[in-house]
Amino acid sequence: MSAGAGAAIDIALSAAQAAPGASALEAARLALARDLRLAFRKRGQLIQPLAFFALVTMLFPLAVSPELARLRAIAPGVLWVAALLASLLALEFLFRDDAYDGTLEQYALSGQSLTWLLFAKSVAHWLLTGLPLALMAPFAAMSLGVAAAAVPGIIVVMLVGTVALSLIGAIGAALTLGMKRSGALLALLTLPLSLPVLIYGARATQLAIGGSSFIAPLELLAALAVLCVTLAPLAAAAAVRISLE
Amino acid sequence: MRWTWFHRLASPPYLYGLAARLTPWLAWPAALLILGGFYAGLVIAPPDYQQGEGFRIIYVHVPSAWLSLMVYVTMGVAAAVGLIWRMKIAHAVAASCAPIGASFTVAALVTGSLWGKPMWGTWWEWDPRLTSELILLFLYLGFMGLRAGFDDTQRADRAGALLAIVGLVNVPIVHYSVIWWNSLHQAPSVMRFGKPEMPPAMLVPLMILLLGFMLFFAALLLVRVRAEILQRERAANWLREALRA
Repeated sequence: MSAGAGAAIDIALSAAQAAPGASALEAARLALARDLRLAFRKRGQLIQPLAFFALVTMLFPLAVSPELARLRAIAPGVLWVAALLASLLALEFLFRDDAYDGTLEQYALSGQSLTWLLFAKSVAHWLLTGLPLALMAPFAAMSLGVAAAAVPGIIVVMLVGTVALSLIGAIGAALTLGMKRSGALLALLTLPLSLPVLIYGARATQLAIGGSSFIAPLELLAALAVLCVTLAPLAAAAAVRISLE
Repeated sequence: MRWTWFHRLASPPYLYGLAARLTPWLAWPAALLILGGFYAGLVIAPPDYQQGEGFRIIYVHVPSAWLSLMVYVTMGVAAAVGLIWRMKIAHAVAASCAPIGASFTVAALVTGSLWGKPMWGTWWEWDPRLTSELILLFLYLGFMGLRAGFDDTQRADRAGALLAIVGLVNVPIVHYSVIWWNSLHQAPSVMRFGKPEMPPAMLVPLMILLLGFMLFFAALLLVRVRAEILQRERAANWLREALRA
């Protein structure tokens, strides 16, 4: 184990062992800082979802047609399916290392709110996958023939939608925590629950590319994100407790 | 009213015996209602002026579709009861619901597709109800897949229950987002099932069949719950004595 990982675990333990008087927010902040630090020690893993996203986007011109007019028509769907799959791919790493080295158990036993700690982990997951995906989506979109004017809209919609994806994914990842081969099952659990995000996200992106107002689907997307922020960490915490039993 | 009846239901020996006694009282009326309903629907009811004889498939399709949702709700409620009051029998009920509900979902999908061929001219149309039904099938498969992923029954019970509750929250969201999605892509010009102005000669057989399907589900559920109890309590003394008797 590298020295960096050791230091990060110390932070995790300090988060876990923060005196019961320490606020849940403070513990969550420490957990978030630890996850980010650990992730930046393994930069290779950070690139993977982005490379996957670019790769899936590239498959469509090869499989469908290189004509930009046709690609522009399917661009919203391509972007969102690629983002959904990239987010799903990154989910496997969300809890796995922490489950192996006992960090999750420390979290559960710490007396701190597991809900807040898992919320912090989901935020870290979003910062490490959702945010980069949202920033990369415009480049993928432009390679599919989308005009540069649509870029701000695409970024905003992607930012909001990936929040919901990260949080829904946390539930699925927590439920499949103890399993050896969880990949296909994780997809089967997470994708049906993510469909509303896909529908509103792709529609808002389509409107943004077309140059019309995309406020209505964006608001529905934001409503989903708020629902996920409030409820998903609770469900994920319950799932982690079941998996740790 | 006392709640002792509810607590007694939690006892495997009591429920095992009760299910055995109740099953014929549900199964025979179900068989009579379904046979009578099919006769009334397939022979007595007049053909539709637009769809001709083809409309008669609703006598299988509509009850199956209703049951597919009703079984999911039953499963979610049983799972919640099991999780909240730590009632193992409720988990057995939830686990028994899933394959039945998935079968009704498949029946609704197949009959919907068969109906679509003469009416729409294609075997599959991305109609909102059929799409919702397909998503429901994936939710059932996810529930069964998650349960199958655990070796330990108790963990399978609790993880599955959590997923069923999350799914129960999600079903209306998915349903309405699919309707919203569809209203954008397809003009609502196709013929629809279940118009309220359906004449009594067509409606009454449908209601008879709906009741028959519900009783059929209840009977099936009791048989499956007994099988679950047999498997879960295979080491228990009461079971050995009951089987010897």
